[in-house]
Amino acid sequence: MIAEAGLAALWLAAALSLLGLFLSIAHVRGTLEADKAVRALAIVQGLLCLFAFAMLLLVFARTDLSVALVAENSHSAKPLIYKVAGAWGNHEGSMLLWVTVLGLSGAALAALSHRLPSRTLIAALGAQAALALGFHAFLLFASNPFARLNPPAPEGRGLNPLLQDPGLAFHPPTLYLGYVGLSVAFSLAVGALLGGEVNRQLARAMRPWVLGAWIFLTLGITAGSYWAYYELGWGGWWFWDPVENASLMPWLAATALLHSVAVLAARNALKAWTMMLAVIAFSMSMIGTFLVRSGILTSVHAFAVDPLRGSFILGLLAVYVTAAFLLFAVRAPTLREGAPFEPVSREAAIVANNLLLTVILGVVFIGTLYPLLAEATTGEKLSVGAPYFNAVAGPLAILLGILLAVGPLLSWRREGRPVLRRLALPGLFAATALAITFFAIPQSGLLPKFGLALAAGLIPATIIPLIGRNPLRTPLATWGMAIAHLGAAVAVAGMAADSAFTTEKLTAAKPGETVEVGPWLVEFTGVTPAVGPNWTAVEAELRATRGSGVHVLKPQTRFFTNPPTETNEAAIDTLLSGQLYTVIGRSDAEGRWQLRLWWKPLVTLIWFGGVLIGLGGLLALAGHARRAWRRRMAQ
Amino acid sequence: MIGRPKHQRLVLVILAVAAVLGAVLLAMWGLKDRAAYFYTPADVVAGKATAGKAMRLGGMVETGSVKRDSDGVTTRFIVEDGDARVPVTYRGILPDLFREGSGVVAEGRLSADRSFVADNILAKHDERYMPPELGNQAAEHKAGRTLKQ
Repeated sequence: MIAEAGLAALWLAAALSLLGLFLSIAHVRGTLEADKAVRALAIVQGLLCLFAFAMLLLVFARTDLSVALVAENSHSAKPLIYKVAGAWGNHEGSMLLWVTVLGLSGAALAALSHRLPSRTLIAALGAQAALALGFHAFLLFASNPFARLNPPAPEGRGLNPLLQDPGLAFHPPTLYLGYVGLSVAFSLAVGALLGGEVNRQLARAMRPWVLGAWIFLTLGITAGSYWAYYELGWGGWWFWDPVENASLMPWLAATALLHSVAVLAARNALKAWTMMLAVIAFSMSMIGTFLVRSGILTSVHAFAVDPLRGSFILGLLAVYVTAAFLLFAVRAPTLREGAPFEPVSREAAIVANNLLLTVILGVVFIGTLYPLLAEATTGEKLSVGAPYFNAVAGPLAILLGILLAVGPLLSWRREGRPVLRRLALPGLFAATALAITFFAIPQSGLLPKFGLALAAGLIPATIIPLIGRNPLRTPLATWGMAIAHLGAAVAVAGMAADSAFTTEKLTAAKPGETVEVGPWLVEFTGVTPAVGPNWTAVEAELRATRGSGVHVLKPQTRFFTNPPTETNEAAIDTLLSGQLYTVIGRSDAEGRWQLRLWWKPLVTLIWFGGVLIGLGGLLALAGHARRAWRRRMAQ
Repeated sequence: MIGRPKHQRLVLVILAVAAVLGAVLLAMWGLKDRAAYFYTPADVVAGKATAGKAMRLGGMVETGSVKRDSDGVTTRFIVEDGDARVPVTYRGILPDLFREGSGVVAEGRLSADRSFVADNILAKHDERYMPPELGNQAAEHKAGRTLKQ
């Protein structure tokens, strides 16, 4: 009954989306006054999706093996958290999560937007309903999560052990909130283009959505990166895997949009450009969904290879993106000219930021899709990886970092002050650091050298906008900007330090032997068996010292029975100065065990930076919300 | 130049178009010698792959071919596709699902003596998953979702 209730809620939600779409069209055309009805429908539709999702969680929590999805992806002997999180560790469940977030975004837009013109809001809710309708159809016709299995399976097939990790509970929902949260920016842009009013008011209404989605994307990508880092046991934190790129592309577009929407809100400029970015950002989310869910990629994320599903999402993507771009092409020329601006001003710096982000987005996009294109046209199979992305996107990111030091120091409209003088000290730091890297680490590549130099200059430079201000009087949004920029600088420092300073040791050792990696002496004392709730393991004990104090690490090889799989469980010791990362491999006839050890100085700064970026976003969001609230109270 | 509104919109449009064009040109330059092509052992024996260039080699691990060197961490094995065989050397910890007689994709370079030096070995993640490149080669291998049938 639970599954049927969920399915019924989905059908009802789909029907309400259709009704909402028709009513909003009638309202925008002026044939019917349907403002209240469209809002109510959007809210009820969102709640129905939430109900359906709750039903899915329930069947997974109860391991109802008469539901096909549960039988294929779950198992009764599994910790409860992975039973529940496993609900979205598969294709159908993750698409239901996607649709639920889409529905809830529409509901929140309907419930929370009071200051937009009715025509714009209702047209936006219509666009949101049209999006929901397509993805409801995809769920109901091609990915029904509630399909029954008759007779019920005696036992489930289990969840991929790589996914049996706390990361599963956090990473996909966070990322989806980001992906799908961008749908609101998309719908608002469509609504504004239809309604014809692109102005500061629209920018103020759009900004919290962009900011919120961007925060979730940032945190989701950061979490995903750390998850891959410790779970795969490869010692890397970003692999330029197409699925990773699928999350990076919306983030790049959202970052550009976040900045251009600020120009629109502050200066009433960059109107058409901001609308374009809003369309592109959510298009990138949909392309990401297509790449991940169509199964055309080699990835842990490709749950099932099903060409029908791929074509379905591709069809939806084509319809929505084409429609939005056509609307843009027709309406953008009719938008009123934005306010003019000077070549040296904050808005000009943001235009440069947007152009650089666009180029980075372009090269990542082409590199990610090129293998598909090549196979479709010439039949040749190829892959594009780190050598390409680092070579083309790396230098652009360094340029963007330099711009990041300058932009926040410029004022809106026109900059008359000698700004470069304020950057003298950071510039000196960067130049000194660059010179040092050429002497200290001549063997490392150019990119890590420039990255370290950039970070040395950027970390002090991002704090300059706060200097000389009363910290209590400084707007929260300014704090947020500075902290987010500082986070970017800190992350760059971590990335560059990891590439420049990591030492790796690969060896086979007998119990009792000592291995050297970087400044560490690591004694391999032996292996013992270990047991978990649904796995058994071989566990090595490593005692690491550098001078004083002993750090004990216990990397494992785990054996899961449902489904039968082995996984490597890396053991990581986190210190202020970096991480010691250890993996155990196989044994041989002489009683030796393969050990792979890394000493990674400052690597944690990568994710710490990511969290700082998110925190900065959160402060900015709180600041804008507080200002909007005060404005409303004043009226 | 950027002051007058009419011109400003034009300048922005030109900048945007230049950015997109620049991205395309940059990507084409970058892809020219950085894309790693996928070859089967038969392709390698036929001389299609250039030595020294990053590539991927995919096939089956020949049964009985896996040997470990005395250093304990270098593994040698043969990748075959029924028509041809290519010897592979890999220094590192093999993935958990690396097995004799099952599918594998090796990333690395072909050396001058036509043997393959792998930097990375990808094996299937679980019994339901298989790299798409191998899907065509071993269509009979059940990568599908048997439960539904």
